[in-house]
Amino acid sequence: MTDATGPIVAADGRPLKASLSRALRREKLRAFLLILPLLAFVVISFIAPIFDMLFRSVQDDITSRTLPQTVVALNDWDYTGDARPSEQTYEALYFDMFMAAEAKKHTALGSRLNYETTGISSLFRQTGRGLDDVGEDVIEAMEDASAALDDSAFWAGLFLTDDRSAGDKAASARAWASTVSDQALSLPADVYLANAAEAALPNAARQYAAFAMFTHTVDEDVPAEEDPWEAVWIALAQDLTAGELAYDGPEAAELRAVQAAVAGPMADFTFTDAFLAQDDDWGEASVWGTIQTFSSPYTAGYFLTAIDLELTPDGAQAVEDDVAIYITLFWRTLWMSMTITFSCILLGYPIAWLMANLPDRSANLIMILVLLPFWTSLLVRTSAWKVLLQQQGVINDTLVWIGLVGDGSRLALINNATGTIIAMTHILLPFMILPLYSVMKGIPPSYLRAAKSLGATNWTAFWRVYFPQSVPGIGAGSILVFILSIGYYITPEIVGGTKGVFISNRIAYHISSSLNWGLAAALGTILLVVVLALYWAYDRIVGIDNVKLGG
Amino acid sequence: MKKSIILGTSAIVAVAGIAYADGHMASDMTLVSWGGAYQASQQNAYVAPYIANNEGVTAVWDESSSEAVAKLRAMNEAGNVTWDVVDVVAADAIRLCDEGLALEIDHDEMLADGDDGSSASDDFGDLIVSDCFIPQIVYSTTFGYRDDLVGDTPPTSVCDVYDLEAYPGMRSLERNPIANLEWALICDGVDIADVYDVLETEEGQDRAFAKMDTIKDNVIWWSAGADTPQLLADGEIVMGSTYNGRLFSLIEEQDQPVSMLWDWQMFDLDGWIIPAGLSPEREARALDFVRFATDTQRLADQAKYISYGPARQSSAPLVSTHETLGIEMAPHMPTDPANSVNTFLFNYEWWADYRDDLDAKFQAWLAQ
Repeated sequence: MTDATGPIVAADGRPLKASLSRALRREKLRAFLLILPLLAFVVISFIAPIFDMLFRSVQDDITSRTLPQTVVALNDWDYTGDARPSEQTYEALYFDMFMAAEAKKHTALGSRLNYETTGISSLFRQTGRGLDDVGEDVIEAMEDASAALDDSAFWAGLFLTDDRSAGDKAASARAWASTVSDQALSLPADVYLANAAEAALPNAARQYAAFAMFTHTVDEDVPAEEDPWEAVWIALAQDLTAGELAYDGPEAAELRAVQAAVAGPMADFTFTDAFLAQDDDWGEASVWGTIQTFSSPYTAGYFLTAIDLELTPDGAQAVEDDVAIYITLFWRTLWMSMTITFSCILLGYPIAWLMANLPDRSANLIMILVLLPFWTSLLVRTSAWKVLLQQQGVINDTLVWIGLVGDGSRLALINNATGTIIAMTHILLPFMILPLYSVMKGIPPSYLRAAKSLGATNWTAFWRVYFPQSVPGIGAGSILVFILSIGYYITPEIVGGTKGVFISNRIAYHISSSLNWGLAAALGTILLVVVLALYWAYDRIVGIDNVKLGG
Repeated sequence: MKKSIILGTSAIVAVAGIAYADGHMASDMTLVSWGGAYQASQQNAYVAPYIANNEGVTAVWDESSSEAVAKLRAMNEAGNVTWDVVDVVAADAIRLCDEGLALEIDHDEMLADGDDGSSASDDFGDLIVSDCFIPQIVYSTTFGYRDDLVGDTPPTSVCDVYDLEAYPGMRSLERNPIANLEWALICDGVDIADVYDVLETEEGQDRAFAKMDTIKDNVIWWSAGADTPQLLADGEIVMGSTYNGRLFSLIEEQDQPVSMLWDWQMFDLDGWIIPAGLSPEREARALDFVRFATDTQRLADQAKYISYGPARQSSAPLVSTHETLGIEMAPHMPTDPANSVNTFLFNYEWWADYRDDLDAKFQAWLAQ
């Protein structure tokens, strides 16, 4: 007997409780270390990719990455007003788009925005092709004024220097060009942006720096030997017409000659007109509204689309009835999965009962018959159903031969919801039978005999004594079958026709055909959440402890 | 003595030079195609000869063309592109080019001139629908019908598909708006030149769907090219659309009672792309292979095995007989004058814009 006030101590004098928990902790740690490799494997190869995929449903930074200056310039624009975006916005669009087109990023953005507004895909593709022609008159006037401009050495002499004291004047150009091209761009070693040119010709210096970095990093050419992009010429023309030229560095004389010549053409040039000449759609509020709406790095747009809404500049709105499909598909997926689960219970329960109660020899035979289709390829089984169920198929032929249906009114058993339910019930049946069987195997037959000896009828003995004990098997089988069928894809695709396809078929379409991975991720996330919610509801109603996968 | 040393040295240098050049090309290629008879025709017509000409080179097939765009995008994101040459339809080539996933091709520079001396870009002509696309074949989506189920007056027009009185029974159409909407409008009296202008409008789309409503209950929608031949062979359908090569093998190789209905066949293109971002050695090998595989003779050879038209104009005169059946292949080509009275070309640019929108409408229409 220890002191009533003090804690119980172990042999080494420590409190027993602490000593015990230390021993337990060590045990737990050892157990944890044992499962660590498996845990790491699951996290790296399963959980992380799933979360990465699900994250795409809200991630949408392609607009802000590809057109960073445009998005900023567009901030002040009011979609509801009649006014077009400002000239500064078109100017920003020109330079963003030029850089993006060089890096071949503009068409990817076009495809992305085309999900929201039809026509943007070709608008971006064609504009990307026509950008070289923007400001042709200006560029021609510059060429006429000084032949030196056609020499790549002129530009390199003007903007580049090996004078280390020039410092990193190209930092902002680098940040911008790297974002748009999605690569880490840099100038060649020991080449800097010249101070004097940068101060007097800020636009041109920025564009030339972007050109030089891209040429060096991506094309792996020497910038000084390459002719600069048209965007650099236009930027130079802008700088030369901005005011008095305070510059007396290299090539100053040439610049003054160009300055005199470019004033006329530049007076007639606006970026707005240049874009409208490329395509009228650049004046459409719907195009600019789409760019503005999807300019933030995160979007609710995919989730809204996944529930038949759409994100417009005016907020979320219901889509028109003739394109609404996802809610219908979610409902169809749910009710058909429930029907399939229920048919599996109906068909599987008697078989499992037979297997549990027959002598081992016969039970094993049935077990093999249950497992045999399980080992056969899914595609083979599904295609076999096609042969059986089609209008000229085995079942219809037999029915016509017996005389149950007329030759002209053969049953439509496939390419509809019926086909999907029949084929999937067959395919998922083993997942119902196996847990049922293992639970039934654990129910002692003496219970039934006892019930009968106490006067119960066969039905009462089954319903009051046997069935309640088999419920955990039904629960386990139902969860397996339901969750498997809700995400099924191949079988509905082959036998489902139009009325028997699931939401997973749309997910597959958006992954592999339309490449709208954001929408696919949103649909997948919703499906996952629905399954988790149903699982939670099941736990509350039936209790997950009542589920047994084995006796 | 001195001379022979010089000769010897230059021989060594020359040999070393060849070895050096060879060392700059990878020796393994992964080719991606569609499997089945089409891939076999590629294997016979140019992969086997290429490997015979280039000792030590091996080619492995991956039958993933139907998912090529999605898989290439995933490979590109993971930074590990394992494919070297990929066979895709033109629409996918445009998409891959748009996404920056395919190498831009200078056709005149990188491909062989035609046997008739024309440059590659002249020889392929309009079929170069994307800067990344190396055309290979012209195929068409068209109709086949069961001889024994159409009565005494076999169908002659694509609009007979819409004639349930003359040709009762089921039809099969692709579960995809492309081609179906065009046919619906043509059969609703729209001139072919105006089809896409009409389809751009809300009313035009409604009109096409209304036309398809008239046969909606009698259509089995297919998604795999093998479906329609199977359905025709089983007698499930009276007529159905599929790729013309599938119908050729059903009729000529499997001897089924089926005939071709070439009216308003929709031309489409299939060809190679080379993934962007390959190492220089692999890219050099891929380009070397493609240069060989798309020359005039090789494209003409492919027509010995499958009834798809070679994409080069210069190949057409060289098309001969089927390798095993021995029949003349020219009359089975979609481009044969007798077959191409009424045709239209898949409008790639237009569908690139409208596909997302019209597919949503089409799927919603199917689900109604």
